[in-house]
Amino acid sequence: MSSDKKASFKKIKSTGLMKKFMGEYFMELNEAAKSGSQKIAWCTSVGPAELLRALGFLVYFPENHGALLGASRMAMDLIPAANAIGYSPDICSYLTSDIGSYLEKKTPLSGAFPGMEEVPRPDVLVYNTNQCRDVKDWFEYYRKEFDVPIAGVETPRGLGDLTETDLDYVTAQLEEMVPVLEKVAGKSLDRSELERITDLSRKTTELWKKVLRSATHVPSPISFFDGTIHMGPAVVLRGTDRAIDYYEALTAELEERIGQGVAAVDSERHRIYWEGMPIWGKLREHSELFMQLDACVVASTYCNSWIFEALDPADPFRSMARAYTELFITRSEDYKESYLDRMVKEYRVNGILFHDAKTCPNNSNCRYGMPERLAKKLGVACLTINGDLNDLRCYSEEQSRTNIEAFVEQLVS
Amino acid sequence: MSGKADVSKRRHVDSESNTGKEGAPELPALFCGVDVGASATKVVLIGKEGAILAKHVRKSGVDYKASARTALDNALDALGARESSVTRCVATGYGRSNVEFAARSVTEITCHGHGCYFYFPGRAVIVDIGGQDSKIIQIAGDGRRLGFKMNRKCAAGTGAFLEEIAARLEIPLEKLDSLARAADRKFTLGSFCTVFAKTEILAYIRRGERVENIIRGAFQSVVNRIVEMDRFTEGDVILTGGVVQHNAILVEALAESLGKEVLVPPDPQFTGALGAALTARDDDLPEDR
Repeated sequence: MSSDKKASFKKIKSTGLMKKFMGEYFMELNEAAKSGSQKIAWCTSVGPAELLRALGFLVYFPENHGALLGASRMAMDLIPAANAIGYSPDICSYLTSDIGSYLEKKTPLSGAFPGMEEVPRPDVLVYNTNQCRDVKDWFEYYRKEFDVPIAGVETPRGLGDLTETDLDYVTAQLEEMVPVLEKVAGKSLDRSELERITDLSRKTTELWKKVLRSATHVPSPISFFDGTIHMGPAVVLRGTDRAIDYYEALTAELEERIGQGVAAVDSERHRIYWEGMPIWGKLREHSELFMQLDACVVASTYCNSWIFEALDPADPFRSMARAYTELFITRSEDYKESYLDRMVKEYRVNGILFHDAKTCPNNSNCRYGMPERLAKKLGVACLTINGDLNDLRCYSEEQSRTNIEAFVEQLVS
Repeated sequence: MSGKADVSKRRHVDSESNTGKEGAPELPALFCGVDVGASATKVVLIGKEGAILAKHVRKSGVDYKASARTALDNALDALGARESSVTRCVATGYGRSNVEFAARSVTEITCHGHGCYFYFPGRAVIVDIGGQDSKIIQIAGDGRRLGFKMNRKCAAGTGAFLEEIAARLEIPLEKLDSLARAADRKFTLGSFCTVFAKTEILAYIRRGERVENIIRGAFQSVVNRIVEMDRFTEGDVILTGGVVQHNAILVEALAESLGKEVLVPPDPQFTGALGAALTARDDDLPEDR
């Protein structure tokens, strides 16, 4: 029986190094928050981290915290607190988890890092609406709570090809936030430092892309579920040497796996693309289920979304504008379909799983007929499962399992 | 999954003692399908040709393992056969992983496809209305599955919706079909949500609407949820599952909504179990078939 098969997880050896770097990152933030030794900026996950680091800020990412709340399943106890003060269960569950965490004074960081009783308080809040409007509302909540300045970028959406007008618009907003940030930082922006940080981010991106591209190998040495864990440094440490050191170690390990024929999923028979958010509280279960079905989820839009190839140290502002605007999430349906077509071919995928996340419409690309169009156009099987990134009240384990098993049965037939 | 199974698992019983109970004539090789659904557990025994030789249905209850075992014993008794006559067994349904005597499990989506294709070979859209969920399964002319959809998370469009409505109206489930046939006007309960639909019913009761009409409206609501899941333009439409077995009015209501004939396999409640049994039989065919 397929689901009785024992899943055999293969630990990625570099994980220890990642934990060390992530631990150092959080402890530095904790120390700075307690001593006031360094200013802290809260930044959305695809916000202008390079600019913030160049101004000397330590950068904290609430979305990363949201994912931790989901993965630890603490979100389920905390979302109701945010609902109770008027934040609907239908809006972003990262937002409701995180605000719930703030209200209840509970964070997984305190368990993971002794001495870290709370998330580090911000001196400034910086958002980019390229992900969604919810991030702005999320940060606005904290602006009022902490009475700190806020700066943001409003990114256009539904874009086909990026025009010079689009880039002018975003570049100008990035430049306009500099005086606000300089005032909080108490120093002027050093252009050469911005170029240096942008270069580090660019190198991180190249290495992160190499990690993900290793999954084009058959069998794949890494799965989407590994990727969701190992993308941490690409999100929170980009623009630092640590991120580069980490991904150099990880790429070497993955190359070694390929050389030795080590697969993330033994007897890989099916290669699947995950479109949409992970279901953080079910990562292990999903990883195990696909393993039991001899299926490897080899690629995802989600992990790809932290590849910023446009970053160019010679032109930091405009290249940041391009890198953070040309994301999949801001693009037109036609662009998204051609992107997925490319992914299916590059990763030799024979099925696409769409996750319809109840509280994340911008990352749920199944709602306007895309799976049906792609199934017809590419001849690839498509499945939609209902769930959510953090709110497991929106997820049915049994229904999802049956859907996924039936999907793989279809791939076999 | 339809790949060839591990030979070591294939025969869980001694297939050489392929005889009936003491004194009974020798039986052909039997293949067993068990469908442990959310509401009922169904077992069918078939021969190599696929015809159902024996079947049994019972409530799934809370002990799926015991329910499956009892259902198998009853089906074997009906045929006067021993378990040793069963060459291979495949389980399906929500409780598929609880069937200890099955060689493997397959989802009900695959099994309903196989079961319906057995009766109606050809391009089709199969509608399975189950106790807890509804499914649309698109089948190609050669029997391959082209795709499928399950209803979203809630009870809308499922047997659970009808159970809730029956409970609200204090009417036994088995009377729903006959009462709906006595309706003198047609309308639909409009809400997606079962809780909202029950509130809607309160409004109808307050207005003095006949219970028969409300029940007919509940059936129409189930049909509307189904119609929203596919265009039903390709091939035959086949309606199957336990809810249809006991509420044939759904066949008429769906045919009327679609404006086309709706086919129903014999004993639609057993289609999933039949599909599982056919899978067991096909597993046992030689590799080079």
